[in-house]
Amino acid sequence: MSFDVNDSTVILAIETSCDETAASVVMGGNDVLSSIVSSQIDIHARFGGVVPEVASRAHLESIVPVIDAAIAEAGILPTRIDAVAATAGPGLIGALLVGVSAAKSLALVWDKPFIGINHLEAHLYAGLLDDPTLEFPLVVLLVSGGHTMIIHMKGHGDYTVLGRTIDDAAGEAYDKVARYLDLGYPGGPVIDRIASEGNPHAVEFPRAMMHDGLDVSFSGLKTSVINHVRRNPEMSNVDIAASFQAAVVDVLCAKTIKAAQQVGAKGIVLGGGVSANSFLRSEMSRRGGEAGFKVALPSRAMCTDNAAMIAAAAWHRLKSDGPRDLDCGAYPNLKLAEVPR
Amino acid sequence: MILGIETAVEHVGVAIGDHRGIRAHTMVASDRRHAESLTPMIRFAMQQAGVEMTDLSAIAVDVGPGLFTGMRVGMATAQSMAWALELPVVPICSLDALAMNADISDVTVAAALDARRGEVYWALYRMRGVGMEPQRLTEPVVTSPEDLAIHLADRAEDMMCVGSGFDRHTELFESSPWSQLVGRDAMFPSASAVVTLAGYKILADDTVAPDEVQPMYLRAPDAEINWKTREGSK
Repeated sequence: MSFDVNDSTVILAIETSCDETAASVVMGGNDVLSSIVSSQIDIHARFGGVVPEVASRAHLESIVPVIDAAIAEAGILPTRIDAVAATAGPGLIGALLVGVSAAKSLALVWDKPFIGINHLEAHLYAGLLDDPTLEFPLVVLLVSGGHTMIIHMKGHGDYTVLGRTIDDAAGEAYDKVARYLDLGYPGGPVIDRIASEGNPHAVEFPRAMMHDGLDVSFSGLKTSVINHVRRNPEMSNVDIAASFQAAVVDVLCAKTIKAAQQVGAKGIVLGGGVSANSFLRSEMSRRGGEAGFKVALPSRAMCTDNAAMIAAAAWHRLKSDGPRDLDCGAYPNLKLAEVPR
Repeated sequence: MILGIETAVEHVGVAIGDHRGIRAHTMVASDRRHAESLTPMIRFAMQQAGVEMTDLSAIAVDVGPGLFTGMRVGMATAQSMAWALELPVVPICSLDALAMNADISDVTVAAALDARRGEVYWALYRMRGVGMEPQRLTEPVVTSPEDLAIHLADRAEDMMCVGSGFDRHTELFESSPWSQLVGRDAMFPSASAVVTLAGYKILADDTVAPDEVQPMYLRAPDAEINWKTREGSK
């Protein structure tokens, strides 16, 4: 099905895959007219992690107000919208279904195309949204609470996963260590904050699989941190946090740069919630730059879950594949290379 | 015209109608595929009934109690459509709609839906006849089926029992004076009943804005129950 997609095509996108209810209006695939994010961090904090049923309930409460705010902030009439997109996976099924249902309903009412989007693919577009001058091939480090992947982005819709975690995601390791040190939830921002005051060389935690392909592992590091704290209860959390973070960031930088060298990438891009981490940003920038790569650091708002990246990915998918049918559902285990149908 | 959506149970239903009657009703036994089915079914029902989006005056939706994920598919759909069309939403309780399956004058109806985990959602009604909203005698609750049986025995009156909650625990409700409605049609609330009840509520001005729709879960998320138990035991 052919559909004219151009610089004036306006897409409304909805993202509800985890704990952020988000809606955004983007024109031409890269002009962000609005991007609204309603975070649920506060409601999940007391549980020490995202609770699926609690998240789904909160998405339903926020969905209409968030869409309404995205349209209002974009300063357009709904009649100006050319297509409606939603994250169809991967993610929490009950959470995804709220956004998919809302987006399909709007597409039906407005008689516009609907596009179901792969959340992981959308993260790849977040970097391009911030810096449209980036050239393929790129190597993207996608790090979040649920994913840790090094991806070769050869072109639009053309990706290969070069490396991934074989156990915990980077963000998961942060949360688990923070919980053990009683620092609260989510672990990433709090460890990042206190680590800046600590000594990153206080403990030389293991860098697992450092010289072993492009996969990574954080489960042993987490155990090593816990064992060290048990044996050295007097040691300050600040130094533990700094040393833990140094080990995570060292591995992520080394593997990403190695991947970029192997495929001859023209640039390195960060994506996902953990790429908001200030130490990862500064180290990747420094070490990637020393290795001769252009390093793109998307804004923090673009690193974490948002709907603008969904709209950007939808613009490219609408151009290449055309619209999807309205019988799209939610696909909680969708892989990067898979397109929701 | 009222669009009625039923996704709080094991099937998906869409109906379109007004005070003169139902113009379209589609139903698919679609356990766990509510989201896939609902939007295409709305499109199909509206096309076949010759109803345009601009003909709609309200969106009615089953807000539970029922399957949490299914309820949310229907509610997110109803709320988004109503927001885009600038229409009111008519929230309908699943048990109210279920009671309509026994729409006979002057009888007491017990409506119960299987709530899984060995529990049932239920409420009692006085049916007041065709064209009248059932009168709730008790508010919707979630209990064990044994507790429901005790409650019914205490009332000691003739009663019509309807819904999957009785079907699932049929052995507890076999003795008179209870008579059960059987068959899949009677087991769950229908989208037609959602439209019919919405018609009564619209006459009574009993509608809400799209962002004011409240789900009727009756059950807290497990994590919240565990958290409260833990806090309480500290």
